[in-house]
Amino acid sequence: MSRLLAETPALPLHEAGKYVAAAYIVLFAMVLIYVTIMAVRLSRIERELGELLETVEARDGEQGRTDPERGS
Amino acid sequence: MSAAASTTPAAPAAERERPAPRPTAFWPTVGALLRKELLVELRTLESVPGMSLFALSTYVVFHFALNRGSVEGDLAAGILWVTLLFAAILGVNRLFVADADQGGFDGFLLAPVDRTALLLAKALTLLAYLLVLELIAVPAFSILLLGPPIGPALPGLIATLALADLGVAVIGTLVAALAVRTRARDLLGPLLALPLFVPIVIGAARATEPLLVSAHRGEPAARWLATLAVYDLLFGLIAYALFDFLLED
Amino acid sequence: MYGKGLRSLSIATVVAMSAALSLVFFYAPLEAEQGFLQKIFYVHVPLAIISLCGFVIGGLLAIVHLRTRDARWDYRSYVVIHMSLIFALATLITGSIWAKGSWGHWWVWDEPTLVSFLIVFLLYATYQPLRFAIEDPERQARYASVFAITAGAFVPLNFIAVRMSTSFLHPRVLGSTSNLPGPMALTFLVSLGAMALLFTTLCKYELTAKHTRAQLRALRRRLTADSPGSDVRGAGARSAAPSAIPVSRPTGAPARTAGYPVKGHT
Repeated sequence: MSRLLAETPALPLHEAGKYVAAAYIVLFAMVLIYVTIMAVRLSRIERELGELLETVEARDGEQGRTDPERGS
Repeated sequence: MSAAASTTPAAPAAERERPAPRPTAFWPTVGALLRKELLVELRTLESVPGMSLFALSTYVVFHFALNRGSVEGDLAAGILWVTLLFAAILGVNRLFVADADQGGFDGFLLAPVDRTALLLAKALTLLAYLLVLELIAVPAFSILLLGPPIGPALPGLIATLALADLGVAVIGTLVAALAVRTRARDLLGPLLALPLFVPIVIGAARATEPLLVSAHRGEPAARWLATLAVYDLLFGLIAYALFDFLLED
Repeated sequence: MYGKGLRSLSIATVVAMSAALSLVFFYAPLEAEQGFLQKIFYVHVPLAIISLCGFVIGGLLAIVHLRTRDARWDYRSYVVIHMSLIFALATLITGSIWAKGSWGHWWVWDEPTLVSFLIVFLLYATYQPLRFAIEDPERQARYASVFAITAGAFVPLNFIAVRMSTSFLHPRVLGSTSNLPGPMALTFLVSLGAMALLFTTLCKYELTAKHTRAQLRALRRRLTADSPGSDVRGAGARSAAPSAIPVSRPTGAPARTAGYPVKGHT
């Protein structure tokens, strides 16, 4: 098998391998960068939800009554 | 677009409230708008002198940048078309500016006219600007930079210019309408227009190339002219279909 | 609800992508001329095809938006075009890598596909600046749709024009997929399918995330509108367009209006 590879007329394996790896790394990086962006967004959403929850709890605490419409 | 309301049952009530205005016919509208545009341009001379001057300056820049006194063949075709295109973009940038800044859009929208008439009038205006530009820029090119004599090349060149101008006019009008009411209109216009112009450059430059040589002068290949014609037609249809949506407010 | 099919879609993507990569490196035979370098074909060409289809689909979604005036279609159009732009960038990079490996230059003008891609990329790179430059959400969506349709029609025309203009001195290795031997064709098809699934999953992911942000903003507006003393300004930077995303009601019925608030969006 390695003899067959050694006979291929184009770039030898250790040369071509670098380019092929680079091309596939581009794909990999694209997906991972997206994962990172989503992670940042998720943490921001979590923080905003936390703030909103605090706002609701503060308001319920101020008004000091359990309003059946307000749910939990 | 046309007044077809008379077939609906609600029409009599509406007509009692206000008399339905008869929409002004299409071609007279286009004619009126075109005359207005050309009159304004004649009086203010905002676009065409600037475009022509820009073309001449660009030739000078090319001379120094390429360090050549005379060019021919594909280099000549390239310089000519790049210059014409960039000068055209100057015209595109200015096409709707007066309307956007001085309320011309509102006036137009209130009138009972077909909105596509504005598209056609503006495109014809831009076409007129381009024709005047070329009347100045092409002879200037043959004097300043072109090596071979331009006389024998004229028929093919005029055909190519006509087809390319149609495409530039249609695309330029569409892009101008898109860009004029954004915040970065001077930047977005050229950025949008240049990629859309690329097929026109391809067709026009390849067609012009065999014309601008001293030996073995050829004819513009029919397929490049056909490419230009098809591109013009397709974009004309697209612009016609989409222009209304740009004018709704 | 945008996130409904997301889990099964992503599982399908993982399976398909793993299968594709396995086929590429363990099953597909070595090509005679280019040897191992040819393996880039299985990532570059699917990226290219999916990206182009995405641009055209973005234009079709924009047509639906203009006809129905439902903001959700503009929203989908935006996400699809944005994702296609990223895939187009990846196409250019992988194509450049392949060119460097094949011919020693990072860029060649002889490959009509790559050149067309560069032009299309430059065109669609103006999409987001165009949206950013228009304040009014309804007009922004409308103008963006006009652009998406124009550009979507431009894509095939551009490819034809560039292909016509290219000299045929170099054998067009990157473009030809017509006469692939069996195992290569299978590998290519699986790679193409995997890339399509990846694209769809990422788009759905993006739609869900944006929708969640919009729901959050709507919730914040409702809550802070009741208590006058609090900060009305929404959290975080103003997102890139579209800024007016119709929010689905919890009952599952989508928002009735077209969803273009005239004021109050952050």
